[in-house]
Formats: sequence, C-alpha cells, structure tokens
Amino acid sequence: MDAMTHNLPAAAADPVTFYGTEVTSRLLLGTAQYPSPAILAEAIRASGTEIVTVSLRRESGAAKAGQSFWQLIRDLGVKVLPNTAGCRTVKEAVTTAEMARELFGTPWVKLEVIGEDDTLQPDVFGLVEAARILTRDGFQVFPYTTEDLVVAEKLVSAGCEVLMPWGAPIGSGRGLNNPYGLRSMRAHFPGIPLVVDAGVGLPSHAAAAMELGYDAVLLNTAVAKAGDPVRMARAFAAAIAAGREAVIADPMEVRDMAAPSTPVMGRALLGS
Amino acid sequence: MASTQTESTGNATAWHGANAMRVRIVGAGVAGLTCAHAFAERGAQVTVIDRKSGSGQGCSWYAGGMLAPWCERESAEPIIAELGHESLAYWREAVPDVPNEGSLVLAPPRDVPDLRRFARRTDGFQWVDGSRIGELEPDLDGRFDQGLFFPTEAHLEPRKALAALTRRLVQEYRVAFRFEADGLDEEQRQPEGADGADLVVDCRGLAARDTLADLRGVKGEMLVLYSTEVSLKRPVRMLHPRIPVYIVPRGDGHFMIGATSIENDERGRVTGRSMLELLGAAYALHPAFGEAEIVEIGADVRPAFPDNLPRLRKRGGTLYINGLYRHGFLAAPALARRAAEVAFDGAYFPEVMDEDHRQW
Repeated sequence: MDAMTHNLPAAAADPVTFYGTEVTSRLLLGTAQYPSPAILAEAIRASGTEIVTVSLRRESGAAKAGQSFWQLIRDLGVKVLPNTAGCRTVKEAVTTAEMARELFGTPWVKLEVIGEDDTLQPDVFGLVEAARILTRDGFQVFPYTTEDLVVAEKLVSAGCEVLMPWGAPIGSGRGLNNPYGLRSMRAHFPGIPLVVDAGVGLPSHAAAAMELGYDAVLLNTAVAKAGDPVRMARAFAAAIAAGREAVIADPMEVRDMAAPSTPVMGRALLGS
Repeated sequence: MASTQTESTGNATAWHGANAMRVRIVGAGVAGLTCAHAFAERGAQVTVIDRKSGSGQGCSWYAGGMLAPWCERESAEPIIAELGHESLAYWREAVPDVPNEGSLVLAPPRDVPDLRRFARRTDGFQWVDGSRIGELEPDLDGRFDQGLFFPTEAHLEPRKALAALTRRLVQEYRVAFRFEADGLDEEQRQPEGADGADLVVDCRGLAARDTLADLRGVKGEMLVLYSTEVSLKRPVRMLHPRIPVYIVPRGDGHFMIGATSIENDERGRVTGRSMLELLGAAYALHPAFGEAEIVEIGADVRPAFPDNLPRLRKRGGTLYINGLYRHGFLAAPALARRAAEVAFDGAYFPEVMDEDHRQW
C-alpha cells in the first residue's frame, strides 16, 4: 500500500521498550468508536501501529459477551493492551484487569480509574492504589494519569515502568494543555517510557508531544471520529515519526530577536 | 449507479415453471417481511416461518423506526443512504402512519462543535435557529439556539408498521405464516426442496451466525417513556461526543429513547449505566422527561458484518439477507427488492453481494 509510512528511515533502528517488549511504532491506537471493525482494521494497518488498546468493562456484560469483537481485535495480529476504561473504583479496575489478563493472555493493562464522568479525569488516588495491587499481582501496568509529578513518583514506586500522562481530557481533541508540566515530567523521569495519552486531536499535537521528548502517543477519538479514519491514522503515524526524528536530530534553539546582540549589516541606523 | 445495475445470467429461466416460485422465508422481522412482500409481488407463493409467536418480535421490536437516510450519512457509508432513499419511498406506500415531519438534530451549547461536524458530513438539511426550532417543536422553544432540520425524513412505529405489513401480506398476497416453528431445522434435515420450496430466504439475523461466520452482535438498549407534559412531532437526535441519543415520538404521549451500541452479543440485559445515558439525554432535551413514566426498557442484538454493511448471499438454494446492523427499517425494503431480482432475474448487485456464485 503506502510505503511512505512503513519505511521511514531510522524508524527500525529506534525502537521503544515497554516492560521489555520492543516496538518500532510509537503510535498506540484505541479501538473504540470506529464506524466499523473493518475500518478499524484498515486504520491500524495504515498507521503501522503495533499496540492497540481495547476496553472490556462495558463490553463484557454479565458473561464475557464481547467475544466476537475481541476475536476481531486478536485477529489484527498486533499486541493488545487491554484497558479498564469506564472503571470508577479500584475494585472495578482490578476485576476488569484480571478478566483482561485471562481473555487476552497478557500481563499488560492500561489502568484507568476515572474520577469524573464528564472530563474522564483520572482519580489519581485510586489509580495509585490499583497500580500497587496490580503490580503486586504480576501485572505490567500502563497508568493513565495526569502530569502531576508527585502522583507519577508514587506510580513508579508502586511498580509502574511506564507513565501515561494526559495531554487534555479524553476525547476533547485540545492537544497539550500543559506543555510545561509535560516537559517537566520528561525531565524528572528521564529513564521511564512516557506516553502522552488522551486529548490529542491533531497530528501536530502528537508531533509536539514527541518533540517534548515523549516516547510515544496513545490516541483513539482523533482517528476513530475523523471523516476518513484510515487517512487520519496515516497522518498521525507520519507526524509521530516526524516528531521523533526531530528530537533525535537535536533541534536548534529558539533565538530572541527582540534583543539584538550583534550589529546588523546594511541597515541605515547601523552604529548610530 | 451500482445499485441499479443488473446482469442477466441466462439461468433465470430456471425459476420460471408452469407454477409460481415457492419461497420459504425464515425470520419474520423487518427483513423477512419486506422480503415476503417483494417476492409475493413478483408472483411467488410465500411462506414465512418464525420461532417467535408473531412477526416483528426479534431485533425489529426494539428498533427506533427513524427513516433518516440523510442523517445516517454522518456515520454510515453512502450505500446506506442509497438503500435508505429507496426504503423511505417504500414505507410511505406500504404501511399507514408514516409521519413525514422530517427530523431534528440538536446539541447542548457545549457540544455545538459536534453539530458542525454532523453538518459537514450530511446534506439535505437546513440550519435552524432558536425561534425556528420553537416553530417546529413548540415544547422546545427557548431551549436550543441552533440545530439542523432534515425536512424530508420520516419515521414510523416499528411494531405497528410490521403488524400492518403482516396483515397486508396475509390479506392481499395470501402469504402463509407459521409461528413457533423452526424453519431452519427443517431445511437442514431435508434435502433441498423436499418440502416443496424452490428457494429458502434466510432472514434470521444473528441466529444465522451458524452459517455466516463473519456475523457478530452489537447490543442496543432502549426505553419507552410516557409523558403528557411534552410533545414532539418528529424524531430528535441529541448529539454528544460519546453518547449520541435519539428520541422518537410514538404518539399518545409515548417516546422511544435509543439506543446504545455496545460490542457484545448479550440479549435482553439492560444496564444502569445505559439507562443513565439515555435518560440523561431525554432530560437534557426537556426536563419534563424527568417526571415521565418508564413504560418499557429493552435490549436486543443487531446482526452486523465487520464493515457494518448489509449483505445478500446466495448459496445453493438459500438466499441470505443479513447484517442490517442499525439500519433494519432503512435498508430492508431496498434489499428485499434486490433479493427478488436475484431470484427471479438472476440479477447481481455488487454493492451488497460479496460472494458471486452466478457461475456455480
């Protein structure tokens, strides 16, 4: 198909590692809200993504009733990162994670403990507690958190080896609400893979996250709700690769031209 | 257009004997009944069989009954709109009580961007302001500043419509109905045509998953409210980034609120969260719904293929119509017409037929 997104130079030489698993694509995609599973599958192929998240809380019903959809996800041949979307309490999140491990045979879980139904802001207190329980139980936790450094520190001491701060509220498409906070998180956790998760609306937002030195970007609505999800998936893959390339290439410094420090040649007022 | 393209294959004569074609339709939902109509109209001798005790009691029972081909373009492929336009014309002729009041799409002030998105992806609408909304729906006067009005759409009451169609099939077309019977078991046990049918049309919905392995279920939950404090002339869609909900007036103070869309095949089980979402949207549309009586809650499972598009598949002596997903009433009549042309004329419709067995 489109060789452009699949054969980006340097991509193969620049993997990112989550809990010992190396992946090349730095785009993680959610699987909800697509017009159809067929379009979802095509978007995933077009993006080159290697990790997809899938929600279980609501889909499982009373007796793991979501098997058809989950089988479609398994058949995509990418790594599955089950999530606890829709869970509001520690207990719900832990139960959902346990079911996910059984269904998908993976210790990975994207841990969401939602504190507020409208913004879907994480309940960071419940998050830390659930992370502690799950890591003790052998899970490899990808916590959906805020850019709060103290919370991040507690998640790391709970055993999290990946942190996933939000860019903006889930589904808002606002981009990076707090670039300063995200930058400072990067500086405080130089050795931990950081993934911007949620709030990304445009490829430029994803590129900006990568330019801050983030290791990857996780998104869903921006692709699923685009008029052409497949094309948007490709756009995000290109932007994330561009942002990553830029970081490796060591960008120039921004210069403040409002305070000239050298004489300007060829201007009438030179030396006056 | 692809939908009108028919190719004669030369074996159509196989269907024309001295006697009428005998057709057994398995499933008396919207697909089965519209099919019975299409085949009977072509002169076939039709028997409809269903496991339930009457027609329209599967997934069709819980349908919204919106005939909204323009609105559906927001999230569905163009073929759905195309089938929908044809089906809209069908329903206006086939059953009584199809109010041609159009439909209204509204959003709370914060979700107005979703209204713009909806407008970009659809056509056949007018932007309406608060006063125009008040003219169209007096009870909503002053509640919304802008919205989209799709004047040429319509809606029907699915249960009444299918009951009326069933009566018409019996009285005008002498279609035979056999309820509480399993037409499929019969088909599997007996060699083709042993009970006298030239063709079996399988309209069983998700139950056909035993032969159509790529079918999956998508659960939908709904509720019916009764209120004398608010009245609506037409369906209203309330946009929300995660929870789009529609409210369809059913007459006599009844309103159908639907529908969730959950990727599982769990029949009948309605969750609190889903009811919160549906009731929340109704309440946001008009606070009087807060005091409305809950008359009914229900859930069933829509049959869908991976691309959420419907299919006709002809395999031997069986014609399958399935995968109507959220578009039962919107797609069934147009598919039924095609099914009859496949059977009688050897027609082929690539837009809904992914298996070409003409040469078999």
